[in-house]
Amino acid sequence: MNQVQNFTKGFIKENPILVMVLGACPTLATTSSMINGLGMGLATTFVLLGSNTVVSLMKNLIPDKVRIPAFIVVIATFVTIVDLVMNAYVPSLYESLGIFIPLIVVNCIVLGRAEAFASKNTVWSSVVDGAGMGLGFTTALGVLGAIREILGSGAIGGFKFISGDGILVFILAPGAFIALGYMIAIVKKINKA
Amino acid sequence: MAKIQSSLKNMVLSLTLISVGASAALGFVYEMTKGPIELTALNKKLDAIKQVVPEFTNNPNDDMFMLPTGEGDSLEVYPARSGEEVVGYAVKSYTNNGFSGYISFMVGFLPDGTIYNISVLEHKETPGLGTKMVPEGTPEKPEFKDQFKGKHPADFPLKVRKDGGPVDAITAATISSRAFCEGVQRAYNTFEKGGLK
Amino acid sequence: MDFILLIISAILVNNIVLAQFLGVCPFLGVSNKVSTAIGMSGAVTFVMVLATMVTYLIYTYVLIPLGIGFMQTIAYILVIASLVQMVEIILKKISQPLYQALGIFLPLITTNCAVLGVAILVIKKDYNLVEGIVYGAATAIGFGLALVILAGIREQLELVDVPSGMKGAPIALVTAGILALAFMGFAGLV
Repeated sequence: MNQVQNFTKGFIKENPILVMVLGACPTLATTSSMINGLGMGLATTFVLLGSNTVVSLMKNLIPDKVRIPAFIVVIATFVTIVDLVMNAYVPSLYESLGIFIPLIVVNCIVLGRAEAFASKNTVWSSVVDGAGMGLGFTTALGVLGAIREILGSGAIGGFKFISGDGILVFILAPGAFIALGYMIAIVKKINKA
Repeated sequence: MAKIQSSLKNMVLSLTLISVGASAALGFVYEMTKGPIELTALNKKLDAIKQVVPEFTNNPNDDMFMLPTGEGDSLEVYPARSGEEVVGYAVKSYTNNGFSGYISFMVGFLPDGTIYNISVLEHKETPGLGTKMVPEGTPEKPEFKDQFKGKHPADFPLKVRKDGGPVDAITAATISSRAFCEGVQRAYNTFEKGGLK
Repeated sequence: MDFILLIISAILVNNIVLAQFLGVCPFLGVSNKVSTAIGMSGAVTFVMVLATMVTYLIYTYVLIPLGIGFMQTIAYILVIASLVQMVEIILKKISQPLYQALGIFLPLITTNCAVLGVAILVIKKDYNLVEGIVYGAATAIGFGLALVILAGIREQLELVDVPSGMKGAPIALVTAGILALAFMGFAGLV
């Protein structure tokens, strides 16, 4: 597999959330607006890049039996870094994402890539894989956020284009489940064709 | 380099190594971000205070003191001074009765007890309904919280119309509106009992 | 703090899955059959209460005195992971039937964000130890309730002709959405 394919697989073919349905919690919780969705996606991408790089660098130094705890420590370290940096420099985004920043640590995508890809491949492939998966996740969150923001508050990126309210349910919890359900169905259709 | 074996020595060694590395990295980032994090939190508080009291020249955060609410807890009070003269007090109040629980406010009083302005600090209310308590309106298009401006709680009971008061509740968000009134009332009670008037 | 309010709020109003989006992965993953859903709920309740208790003690008596509150995430996830391992080993030794009922679900719980989420929320909301444990237990019951209801609906859906594109995750998500809509009716209850 060449690097271009390795990078693009994360967007549609193996999209972590839309095809593999991994990382559903942050996806549903943080996509009440496009900006929040993108912010969450980028935070996850940073963690993925960091953990994929470190795990593939150290893959020969970690004995097999303790690989999972070792991976978890590496991931948790990067998550805490993201947490502190976002708290310091983007406080409003940090507040709206809230508890879901520390919860990146249990996002199955991150541990999944470390275990399934980074621990078996070269550093460069792992970086590309992390970037592709992360940005694929970010794109999915951005699109879902945009859909919910347009339908729910009649705005996009914070700019309102209708006066009054949208279909409020889309910003609320039920709308998140329903919108994601339909998005997964559409991507399934695209992948089949 | 060949993969190392899963012997006890190797396992302990590699986990220790990783933990030490992780702790070192985190300690470093923590030291680096500590200043900015404290600064953002302080700025946020000062911004809220600036919004709710007239212009001041002191640093209200340095002059902060606590006043008991009479319900067993205390609220933070930030006095705002212009020169030596006290121009207002910002009281950090709260309520637990929002539609989704806890809401905190910064309520600004003039020295005579008149409400100058109110700012919502934290809330989890329903988007599009309860959240309407947050924005500041314009004279042409006033928002919910604008109706409190310039009112004195002594002759403006902090109650929504449904409860016999003068406050127009947010449409379809009576519980949020009621909680808002309760939080402001708590700030006023504390302010009044504290003898600041 | 009124415990009844705390419990009702955690189970119905702020349901962990349907209103707070924590633990959605197992919510979708093991909701095919009511029996597995019940097993999973039991295991989650067990671990969540234990984890809340242990992480609270570690936060208050280790992290805070040492001034390393920022190590919270890393400490919690390690505690939860080892706790799950320990529970598995102990159950295997002392109660074979319980192990058979809950055992296969235990490894899945480490990556259940509801467990870590509740541990963090307890600190965020400034609960004391007892409130934290009650909150943990009530949240777990809320998780179980949502999971068992969804499993019940999905068992019925098996017999229905779902459009092929909507089979699996999509229809489960839409069902969960409608369930969340129903749970919104509880808001304002407390």
